[in-house]
Amino acid sequence: MAASAGASRSAGQKPRPVRRALLYLGVILTALITLFPFFWILRTSLESDNQVAQGVGGKNGIIPGHLGFGSYVTDLTTQHFARPLLNSAVVALATTIVTIIVASLAGYALARLHIRGAGAILGFILLAGFFPVLAMIGPLFLLLRHLNFLDNIYPLIIVYLVYTLPISTWLLKNFFEQIPIELEEAALVDGASRLQTLRKVVVPVALPGVFTAGILSFILAWNDFAFAVSFLRNTQHFTAPLDIVTLGQSAFQVFYNRIDAAVVIITIPIAALVLIAQRRIISGLTAGSFR
Amino acid sequence: MSTTIAPAPGQPARARRRSPGKLDARQRGDRRLGYLLVAPSLILLLAVTAYPLVYNIWNSFHFVNLSYAGLPHNFVGAKNYTAMAKSAEFRAAMVRTLAFTAVTVVADLVLALVLAVMLNAKFRGRGLLRAAVLIPWAVPTVVSATLWKTMFDPRAGFVDYLLGFIHKGWATITWVNASTWKSWFVIFVADSWKNIPFVALILLAGLQVIPSEVYEAARIDGATSWQAFRRITLPLLKPALVVAAVFRTLQAFFVFDVIYILTGGGPGTSTETLSFLNFQTFITNTDFGYGGAISVVLVVIALLIAAGYVRLLRPETA
Repeated sequence: MAASAGASRSAGQKPRPVRRALLYLGVILTALITLFPFFWILRTSLESDNQVAQGVGGKNGIIPGHLGFGSYVTDLTTQHFARPLLNSAVVALATTIVTIIVASLAGYALARLHIRGAGAILGFILLAGFFPVLAMIGPLFLLLRHLNFLDNIYPLIIVYLVYTLPISTWLLKNFFEQIPIELEEAALVDGASRLQTLRKVVVPVALPGVFTAGILSFILAWNDFAFAVSFLRNTQHFTAPLDIVTLGQSAFQVFYNRIDAAVVIITIPIAALVLIAQRRIISGLTAGSFR
Repeated sequence: MSTTIAPAPGQPARARRRSPGKLDARQRGDRRLGYLLVAPSLILLLAVTAYPLVYNIWNSFHFVNLSYAGLPHNFVGAKNYTAMAKSAEFRAAMVRTLAFTAVTVVADLVLALVLAVMLNAKFRGRGLLRAAVLIPWAVPTVVSATLWKTMFDPRAGFVDYLLGFIHKGWATITWVNASTWKSWFVIFVADSWKNIPFVALILLAGLQVIPSEVYEAARIDGATSWQAFRRITLPLLKPALVVAAVFRTLQAFFVFDVIYILTGGGPGTSTETLSFLNFQTFITNTDFGYGGAISVVLVVIALLIAAGYVRLLRPETA
């Protein structure tokens, strides 16, 4: 059977050239739309203040005649971007650790310990993930103000759990359910307690799930903007995403090179995580969205 | 495989298996431990969702404004709600939010479906492309918003540079905060660029579970690929489409970050959405009574959206 050019709708087993061409056109377009903007901020971040002021064109074309790391140095020294970076790293890592512990416990209980109302509890945990963030900030603002915890990064660790716990608990519960029950039985028969079994047997076996939940939690906590902009006031307490909004603005010029250098800096850890753990992230996300 | 050792009365539908010789005492111990283990998760989540909701409801019936700290927090009845219903600002924000949600959800679902079908086809570098499209989803909204702000900037941007080659006058278009529709266009681009990949991944997962035999059978019966798509792919993909639509609708309806970063609600108030208005009422105006009323409405809408989709999905899953 000859593969006729796309127009024919007969059942061709071989790929049809027109359709193939369309597919590759789509692939190239997708790759361009996805990646070109990243190239553009990288390019802009390597320009000098003067080059940005001159605008794009002439010697500052798609690839500028002169490139340098000046704006990165400016960001990390005079613009004090290191502090917000550190704040973000601390909060995101702490949120991840708390999430893993709390979600593992809950996930295990929901998967194995026959608690009454497990369905309703799980339903509530998942529903919490849909709670509109901007509807929480008022009361939480008042609470933090009352406790003298406004403009402080540590309460964010608790608040960010609303991003991380729903998907992590769900993921870990599913992972725990897939572990052969005989493994746990053996440990229990040998006299281990439930908690010992969880720590020594279940979690190690479910390590891929723990990793996935950890990576997703880190990304979700690292990316927050709404809570940070509502609760933080002084730049030394800012998280990195919040700091970027005020960075590189002056009365006379918007320093896109500095802004984009900061954007490149906070994108790198996330892009690295995505490239290393692509499969895990995809399976984690899609498992979290079904059933 | 999910097997449970004990007969668990009152458990939701799950495979129950009796295994003889186990002591009831252990099961009771297990259950007690179980409550202990879910407690931290439940308490923490209640603290950041239920507590704000109840506090919002309380505040919404009171006068609570930190800018007038000297005034007593009197009970004001439904005043905050009637003020909201009469407020032109609130109504305008509601209309904008609904319009943005409708456009975004439809456009993103269609584009994501195209992307998912593409990512499901076999081609060289498929793994790489799947990883690449994940990056916009994974980066902070600050990154996606700032990145498109740079792209659309008349001086530093690529868009005007490119348009300048087509028509000289287009080389200096101011996109953000000059005209309402241009600002919305940039918001839409930045928001969709970030969120379409996630929707596409959900749909892709849905496509991957459709067995290829179904398509082969259809082909043998002489169905065209369009017919196969209409009659097989779309119906079988419906659960995934509904899930994707829920996620996307809720996200779009509560859009905030990208607007705060790109336009700050401007020009004027023309890109202020409900979430933005809620933020301003709480944080800028420190009006926690009126803000509480807006929040209560937001939560009710979130529940309605979720419930609506659950109903939509039910006949399929039953």
